[in-house]
Amino acid sequence: MPSAISVKDLRKSFGEFEAVRGVSFEVEAGEVFGFLGPNGAGKTTTINMLCTLAKPSGGGATVADHDIVSARDDVRRHIGLVFQDPTLDGYLTAEQNLRLHAELYGVEKGLVAPRMQQVLEMVGLWERRGAQVLTFSGGMRRRLEIARGLMHSPRVLFLDEPTIGLDPQTRNSIWGYIRQLQESEEITIFMTTHYMDEAEFCGRIAIMDHGEIVALDSPGALKEQVGADRIRIETDDDGAAIEALGERFGLEAAISEGAVTIAVPDGEQFVPRLFAELGVPIRSVSLSRPTLDDVFMSHTGSTIRDAEESGNKTDKRVAMQMMSGARR
Amino acid sequence: MSAPAEGAVATAPGATPPAAPPVVTVRVPGRSARSELRAIKVVWRREMIRLRADRMRIVTSLVQPLLFLFVLGSGLQQLSEASTHGVNLKTFIYPGVLCISVMFTAMFSAASIVWDREFGFLREMMVAPVRRSSIVIGKCFGGATVASLQGVILLALAWAVDVPYSVSLVLGVFLLQLLLAFSITAFGVMAAARVKQMQSFMGLMQLIVMPMFFISGALFPVTNLPGWLAFLNRIDPLTYAVSPMRSIIFGHLDLSKQAEAALNPGITWFGWTVPMALEIFMVFALGMVMLGIAIWEFNASE
Repeated sequence: MPSAISVKDLRKSFGEFEAVRGVSFEVEAGEVFGFLGPNGAGKTTTINMLCTLAKPSGGGATVADHDIVSARDDVRRHIGLVFQDPTLDGYLTAEQNLRLHAELYGVEKGLVAPRMQQVLEMVGLWERRGAQVLTFSGGMRRRLEIARGLMHSPRVLFLDEPTIGLDPQTRNSIWGYIRQLQESEEITIFMTTHYMDEAEFCGRIAIMDHGEIVALDSPGALKEQVGADRIRIETDDDGAAIEALGERFGLEAAISEGAVTIAVPDGEQFVPRLFAELGVPIRSVSLSRPTLDDVFMSHTGSTIRDAEESGNKTDKRVAMQMMSGARR
Repeated sequence: MSAPAEGAVATAPGATPPAAPPVVTVRVPGRSARSELRAIKVVWRREMIRLRADRMRIVTSLVQPLLFLFVLGSGLQQLSEASTHGVNLKTFIYPGVLCISVMFTAMFSAASIVWDREFGFLREMMVAPVRRSSIVIGKCFGGATVASLQGVILLALAWAVDVPYSVSLVLGVFLLQLLLAFSITAFGVMAAARVKQMQSFMGLMQLIVMPMFFISGALFPVTNLPGWLAFLNRIDPLTYAVSPMRSIIFGHLDLSKQAEAALNPGITWFGWTVPMALEIFMVFALGMVMLGIAIWEFNASE
């Protein structure tokens, strides 16, 4: 099976800060490949390098069999891009946006109209093709961007957080298009997300944290690796509960998202024992099968939400330092 | 695997079941001189579409030159009558007004790059498989076209300021306007590569465009100026567009020798009169230099 994307030890630094610290992976043709991680993990930086929008500081990659540094234009001819931020011309109509794109990419004149009808029908905007993009809702714009990214039949479609900020219904329909595309066209899809539930739709996912890939496999296999069920308990005294869990059951417990969390192999059998033997009053308990969140946690030691919050805190602290520095 | 199949529509006419619509597969050709020309055309065409969608822009940008021409021109007429040797002040400042209207419109066209960046469309163009230089050149042609259209409207007002029409007049003025518009757009695009916010860009325009306009001699003859102003006037690029424009217009008027000498003395460098061809060449050369810098800047940015 040929590789659609092949990445070797790719790195990117911004001054002192290493945003991407040597990632390597292969994406097969026809795959839906997901990049999962909290904001600031280096997903967008990686995607920007693969799309030839940023130059790597080290390592290299090929996309659609072309080198991202030495054959920039050949890469660009074969990829479609949908960014996090909108890149449509709001003053033009949907049709004009797509036509300009097709011409910019040199799509054969006779094929522009049928291809446009196809992609616009897919995203359900064929009827609205004559309307100015300014009049479109956020969801419609994202759908139009996807249609435009597909106008030139790319071999690889890059989607950077394609569903961020959209309502659940639009998110579902976007996932519908992605599955439909996979069936009807020869296309590889590379996407980033920080929604755990969405990553489940990918054939394989790479979990990224602090600029490194910490795990890479199919969602099922990743969950199997974790193996354990997750039990969350709310107690009167979390400190005592953690201590008791360590002493009596030999389990390492942690507080995440405000509750004591433990991982055990057979959760259902463990819960009755927990109530009988813990010795700290338990107010509520919940048991869950491994999810990608747990996978993320087992590899990074925090949930994706905690990782984002602490990231935000760091950002705020830096901002505060900058502000107080400016005042002095 | 080679690139996806030929640009054919994979369809069996009439026989396709509705559940599986035919997939139209297209192919993106490799880069060539033709694809670059096409890119220039695409960027240019977008400017035209936007102009058609926003006709108010033409009307609003006419206000300023009309104010200069008719309000300032008529108002100051009574003060200047003694020194213009019988030439109407409106006629005198008409070439200058032709230049500044082109200049303002071209600058506003260049400003659209800043908008494009803010609204993201610039990114769509930057990731296309074409040279950045094609995008910059297309933008400059677009700005030049829009500004020249504006100039043509003002050219139609020649009768109102007692300038008779002739083919050579219209052609000469139009070509000079086109050249000036291209150079000014290149200048604006060069600035827009650096200035990333609309407010800063507008500030920069105020800072550069207004002095350039006032110093250029669009509203006064450039002889017998105080030394500091004469110096500023000679290094103002717009001076070298206003002067040939005035020569073209005055060439079609029946003026006395005195009036010609007083109102259109030509630019001198240390006493040497700069020929008109050199003046025009300077506008061209400056435009090319700024275009070069603009392309270099856009190539350097990621």
